[in-house]
Amino acid sequence: MTELARAPLNSSVTTIERATLDALDALESESIHIFREVAGEFDRPVILFSGGKDSTLLVHLAVKAFAPAPVPFPLLHVDTGHNFDEVIDFRDSIVERLGLRLEVAKVQDYIDDGRLVERADGTRNPLQTQPLLDAIVEHRFDAVFGGGRRDEERARAKERIMSLRDAFGRWDPRKQRPELWNLYNGRHAPGEHVRVFPISNWTELDVWRYIQREQIELPSIYYAHQREVFRRDGMWLTEGPWGGPRGTESLEKKSVRYRTVGDGSCTGAVESTATSLDEIIAEVTASRLTERGATRADDRLSEAAMEDRKREGYF
Amino acid sequence: MGKDLLRFATAGSVDDGKSTLVGRLLYDTKSVLADQIEAVQRASVDKGLATPDLSLLVDGLRAEREQGITIDVAYRYFGTPTREFVLADTPGHVQYTRNTVTGASTAELAVLLVDARNGVVEQTRRHATVLAMLRVPRLVLAINKIDLVGYDEETLRAIEKEFTGLARSLGFPDDAVQTIPVSALVGDNVVERSARTPWYDGPTLLGHLESVPVVGPEVAKPFRMPVQYVIRPRGADAGSADAARWGELHDYRGYAGQIAAGTVAPGDRVVVLPEGRETTVTHVDTADGPLAEGTAGRSVTIRLADDIDISRGDLLVAADAQPSVTSEIDATLCWLNEKPLRANARLLLKHGTRTTQVIVGAPEFRIDTDTLTEVSLVDTADTLELNDIGRATLRTADPLPVDDYADIRATGSFLLIDPPTGNTLAAGLVGSPLALSPAE
Repeated sequence: MTELARAPLNSSVTTIERATLDALDALESESIHIFREVAGEFDRPVILFSGGKDSTLLVHLAVKAFAPAPVPFPLLHVDTGHNFDEVIDFRDSIVERLGLRLEVAKVQDYIDDGRLVERADGTRNPLQTQPLLDAIVEHRFDAVFGGGRRDEERARAKERIMSLRDAFGRWDPRKQRPELWNLYNGRHAPGEHVRVFPISNWTELDVWRYIQREQIELPSIYYAHQREVFRRDGMWLTEGPWGGPRGTESLEKKSVRYRTVGDGSCTGAVESTATSLDEIIAEVTASRLTERGATRADDRLSEAAMEDRKREGYF
Repeated sequence: MGKDLLRFATAGSVDDGKSTLVGRLLYDTKSVLADQIEAVQRASVDKGLATPDLSLLVDGLRAEREQGITIDVAYRYFGTPTREFVLADTPGHVQYTRNTVTGASTAELAVLLVDARNGVVEQTRRHATVLAMLRVPRLVLAINKIDLVGYDEETLRAIEKEFTGLARSLGFPDDAVQTIPVSALVGDNVVERSARTPWYDGPTLLGHLESVPVVGPEVAKPFRMPVQYVIRPRGADAGSADAARWGELHDYRGYAGQIAAGTVAPGDRVVVLPEGRETTVTHVDTADGPLAEGTAGRSVTIRLADDIDISRGDLLVAADAQPSVTSEIDATLCWLNEKPLRANARLLLKHGTRTTQVIVGAPEFRIDTDTLTEVSLVDTADTLELNDIGRATLRTADPLPVDDYADIRATGSFLLIDPPTGNTLAAGLVGSPLALSPAE
């Protein structure tokens, strides 16, 4: 993360002259506009923040939207308990540097007291929905920023930038409000809330190009590194409390990096030697697989896996 | 300066091959990746189809796949070495007005499809009317399935002539309209120039999308910026780690917003509406540093010379070109909800960053998009229903600074919201962006 918040905002700074907006400028301005609309119209917004690249981008944009004032929202992490240490360390360093409040809702607590039961496949991503919805109720959050992008998955391609959730946190794709111009309608009844997706229109490549342009710091696991991994369902998974390797699976040392960071049990690494942003961008450009298709077991469960999870209140 | 961004929409009726055209654009620009193709192939086999159904790439919801229809606007993303594209893909048959209005509201260009065998049909006229009303700056008529009319120049010229006549009568300048004969199935003139249309010397569809100017007409308009949020760092929690950091900025007071039209620079005289105080811009800030000039589309934070009470909902405008401030608005309404307009309904109106109460008078006209005429609703029991476009007079609780939609889109547009449900009932356009003749 660059030291944006510390940049002095007076006329001694070199004046930037960029008359027309390029694609990244246009996307950045759109996202900032969305953050400010929510700040202006909602009482208790929160940013979902896992330490992954998309949510780190969200926080970076929020910092830019309100500079030189601090970000007027707390952060919420729905913690599956299957974490990468590097990502949790990174999460905590960002929170400390920006002086923001972090709430953590832990899936493990729900499993410990029986409110949730571990799935047979050990995957905890689908278990995040209940702790998320409970945290929203407990803290009375009325707007929840997520890092979802429409290019990720085809159910997400139909998602609004500001999307109403009923008192049960459910998404009804048939009853979405039309979204016109940049006039967002975030009206909701008490108990309902709105999910907000400021980077809806960004692609994976936009995210990487912008991270490079803005010199945004990311957890080290996004860059190629040596790691002991085992093969399961066509993905390279890392050893951990989620089980594995088992049966015929065996650990091998590989040069890998992560394209997405989620629950350790279902987030795979890709073989890569890309240790710089230039190399990652070259790799993403040449890739013949989408980031979710390459690395997310949870989206392979069925043809409508994402739509079904979203309907239940998933992010 | 990196690649620029073009937002465009596609519209067309059911069987004109829009999904195939969109699929072709995505496929030929290598925007469809292997796992997506494989997923489509798997699903096509499951459905007992012999060839992959490319519409499955686009139809994202379970109900859409089950019914084989597209329900909702879908957003697609692709890029070429020179430009990035955001495509709002609007379905043709279900709720066409609602979807076309939504997709076109953010578009700088629209691609309208017709089937070469049928030419300009009712649906084409309706879509073109909505696009004209929404003031989409550029239009492409893609005459699809030219392979099915034997690449016959005469057939295509006749369709082109009829359509350019229609576009002209709807107010599109001739140079804003491009007709391109294509075959989405075979690929003629979509990405690759076709050898079978030697008589066509225009660009391919992708070539045209890559070369049209993306700078919208809003940049050349007078400055407008709705204030979204007031930025005051001293609001930082005194106990937080940031308190010391923000101390030096104790007197900072900036007005955050996205420039809706025109440009703004330090030294510019601006007026704060609806109140009317005039002042001077001292800084156009961004988190990356101040700008010499901010242009339409950019999110900025403006500082002013005088200490004026300004809050969310106010509009900053150029002092020498101000909108009118009024609480009586003649407007065109696109009705988007199953709940019809009730005369004298009390609703909410969202304009820029201000939401106010409004009473909507009885609708005066409904636009017949088949005949392009206005049908009077005065002294009838008729009203505006889902997918209708009409005219009414609105009375607002607070005076609003509005421009004609035909002049400045951002300050000439608004939403009507149903207070009990919070749903969006209608899209509103100030004035009558379509100049039509009354019905005989």
